[in-house]
Amino acid sequence: MLLNAIFFYSFALLAVAGAILTITRANAVHSALSLIASLIGVAGLFLLQEAEFLFAVQILLYIGGVTVLFLFVIMLVNLDEAVKLRQFNRLWGLALVAVLGAGLLTIGGIARYQHQQSARPDWAIAAAPQVATEGNTERIADVLFSEYLVPFEATSLLLIVAVIGAVLLARKREALGASTAAAEARGEEI
Amino acid sequence: MEGLLYPITLTHYLILGAALFLIGTLGVLVRRNLVIILMSIELMLNGVNVNLIAFSRLHGDVQGQIFAIFIIAVAVAEAAIGLGILIALFRNKMTVQADEIQLLKW
Repeated sequence: MLLNAIFFYSFALLAVAGAILTITRANAVHSALSLIASLIGVAGLFLLQEAEFLFAVQILLYIGGVTVLFLFVIMLVNLDEAVKLRQFNRLWGLALVAVLGAGLLTIGGIARYQHQQSARPDWAIAAAPQVATEGNTERIADVLFSEYLVPFEATSLLLIVAVIGAVLLARKREALGASTAAAEARGEEI
Repeated sequence: MEGLLYPITLTHYLILGAALFLIGTLGVLVRRNLVIILMSIELMLNGVNVNLIAFSRLHGDVQGQIFAIFIIAVAVAEAAIGLGILIALFRNKMTVQADEIQLLKW
């Protein structure tokens, strides 16, 4: 139990410190590396919560996929001179006050929820971890491919649309113009 | 009375998730660089995932984890599309600063 607490605080520190560095670094590459640290912290918390499949997905997809994509785009849009520019909006003070206010409200809500729930007699029973007879991945697969089959297929459609859309959006404008011009030329011939 | 810090309960995870979400919100609101704004959105989605996994553990039900999987899929799609838009924008305007893109403002 004590080991659990030590791991929780280490991973939480990694996640929060990485998140704060992500939004404060001037250099976008440093931000991306801090984002990786934050995502590793969250992945560790998933492992701590016995969500092994999501831990693997987090490492493979987020750290191996999304952040590498971010790093590639940072290289492409060449942000060397962006480091010297002003990094924050003029209204950053207002935004900070608004976010702190929202944080206070959230903590109030969480405290209220905990107060209500801990008054319930079955709170302690519900909080006790249940012993799983099969692995985490098997249980996820069972529910995902039976109850959530339609959303799963919809997600695959979304991903196909996203892939095609990303390719279309990032394509060179000249190439698009050239193909349109070629189509017009062909239209005139017909 | 148990200590506030030591036995790790659901509340600790909820506060951590809220903290990650709020840090992400702050990043979206204050940063000018569009790449970092997209990174902050990823942070917000991660905060939500922490909450979902904590409740999934509390109830001993994997449905929270399935929601988290869908959120990760949507986040990946969003990152791909967002970065595609960013590249197209950079090609046309030669800037990635959010407040310099004001074509629709008046």
